[in-house]
Amino acid sequence: MSVNKLSTEESYKSLDKIETDLLRPMTHHKGFELWILFLILIFIVGGYAYFIQLRDGLGVTAMRDYSSWGMYIGNFVFFVAASLIGMFISSVLGLLKIKWITPITRIAEMIALAFAMWAGIVIVIDMGRPDRLLNVFLHGRFQSPILWDVTVVSTYVAISLLLLLLPLIPDAAIIRRRLPNLPKWQMKIYDLLYLGWEARPEQYRIIKKAMRILAILIIPVALAIHTVTSWLFAATLRAGWDSAIFGPYFVSGAFVAGVAAVIIAMYFFRYNYKLSDYITDFHFNRMGQVLVLVSAIYIYFNLNEYFVPAYKMRTAEKLHLDEMFTGHWAILYWFTQIACLAIPSFLLIFKRMRRPFTMLWLSVLVLIGAWLKRFLIVVPVQQHPYLPIQNVPESFHHYIPTGIEITLTILPFAGVLLIITIIAKLFPVISVWEIAHEKGVDESIIK
Amino acid sequence: MRYAMAVDTRKCVGCSDCVVACQTENNVPIGFCRDWVVEVTDGTYPNLEAEIRSERCNHCDNSPCVRCCPTGASHYAEGGVVLVTPEKCIGCGACIASCPYDARYPHPDGYVDKCTFCLENRVKKGLNPACVSVCPTKCMYFGDLDDPNSPVSKILKNRKYKTLIPEAGTNPQLYFLI
Repeated sequence: MSVNKLSTEESYKSLDKIETDLLRPMTHHKGFELWILFLILIFIVGGYAYFIQLRDGLGVTAMRDYSSWGMYIGNFVFFVAASLIGMFISSVLGLLKIKWITPITRIAEMIALAFAMWAGIVIVIDMGRPDRLLNVFLHGRFQSPILWDVTVVSTYVAISLLLLLLPLIPDAAIIRRRLPNLPKWQMKIYDLLYLGWEARPEQYRIIKKAMRILAILIIPVALAIHTVTSWLFAATLRAGWDSAIFGPYFVSGAFVAGVAAVIIAMYFFRYNYKLSDYITDFHFNRMGQVLVLVSAIYIYFNLNEYFVPAYKMRTAEKLHLDEMFTGHWAILYWFTQIACLAIPSFLLIFKRMRRPFTMLWLSVLVLIGAWLKRFLIVVPVQQHPYLPIQNVPESFHHYIPTGIEITLTILPFAGVLLIITIIAKLFPVISVWEIAHEKGVDESIIK
Repeated sequence: MRYAMAVDTRKCVGCSDCVVACQTENNVPIGFCRDWVVEVTDGTYPNLEAEIRSERCNHCDNSPCVRCCPTGASHYAEGGVVLVTPEKCIGCGACIASCPYDARYPHPDGYVDKCTFCLENRVKKGLNPACVSVCPTKCMYFGDLDDPNSPVSKILKNRKYKTLIPEAGTNPQLYFLI
């Protein structure tokens, strides 16, 4: 497995250094309480907003007759998109045997799990009658895209959870040995998780095989989750959604959002957790190249999605595309396409731009663009129906999100950050045993 | 049996009586409507043409809304009428998004609501839907397409008509006489 095996003495020394470095943030984390407090504050505000929405109904949002899917659904698509990165890093790159992903896999898995879990909650926030959620299972009809979505989102959350927990088994054993003074409830988690890990050869064989099976299994599920999400739109007759390439278009866009999210997380963990020996400039350079690649694919699908209909300009499409290119949505549309997609991916082609700090800001821009793009896919289409909008209240003509909608859009982000914070507090953000392997530490002592 | 409706765009004066009658009959919440009137103009001055249409759910034979409903709340009822069972509806909005006619709206109580052709409250009692019976110019015709003597069958035999967005392939059952 490893390139050059270390002697027993060197192994102990090397493992000790890796353990010290990677486990330190679990016990030393400045500002942790303050950060949690901040997130809880958002939860309280968001909880109150949701209470108002439950009490008064979806009328408190700006969703009306025409724009009946608004910011919430855009947010949902974004969350599903960002969650795809777990599959991309650990499965696609992992199965291709790309070595440099080792210190990033857990970060990607954390992001994937957090976003996937909250995607399910975001969709409940959008429901008019969340109390009837069970009806989807009691009266479920498999002809409906909504049901496909419920099925694949829950499957994906389950597999992502397993893919996160499985590599934690040896790490839990290491934590039990290295940090025995942690609170009792925390030790209980590791006792449950380590599953009697003793670094025996057959244990290695089983864990590697299981991780491989999961890595393969998650690929079709992850593709399905975002393809089905796109089919929620593509299965309708509306101009702008009625497109045959919506599946791959969404999937390619998802990788852009996910890679950007991982780069931001890498930057944060590198500097705040002082992991610059593990998440190096080399990793940023590589991730920058990956971002260029996935952006190029996404731009290609964008060209197909917008310029082929724009060439023909059929009646219904013309109405929609005119509003996007030169009309009401033009500023947002071109900002998203040029400032948040074309320019960052062009800049990242150059090696000198692929440095952690510049990449952080370009990734933030890409991520903002990714969110806005989802909004632009969901909302404007509904404002351009086939039949004229007439004799309806003024508020039906446009869609401007209300304060409650904005609050309940921010709330899930706080939720994602909370999940990531908790996982990063309970476990090392970089897989200790896999790094040790890579450094050539004797396998039998990693326990 | 196949219930259908025909609206005479040449007789309609756009008074919106049908809208008010529907809102009263079906207790539609304020600010929403199950039917509505549009005026479409075509051409440029001085060669102008105007068409007034009273629109509602098309009760399509091939309804995208019934197809995409996750719980079966949207369903075909007697005579091909498309109905929503409020108790089964989870308010996901998939049907609103899928309807090319924008015939559905989110009810403030959290479910999705739409035109029922007044099936339960009027048609089953032998009455016409509220909009049809109240029309001052008698521009609407309602009945069973399978019955050659129903008002709607008779008028469709004698007049030119069109349906809306036929390219969507939904096979709508709301006809506009032209």
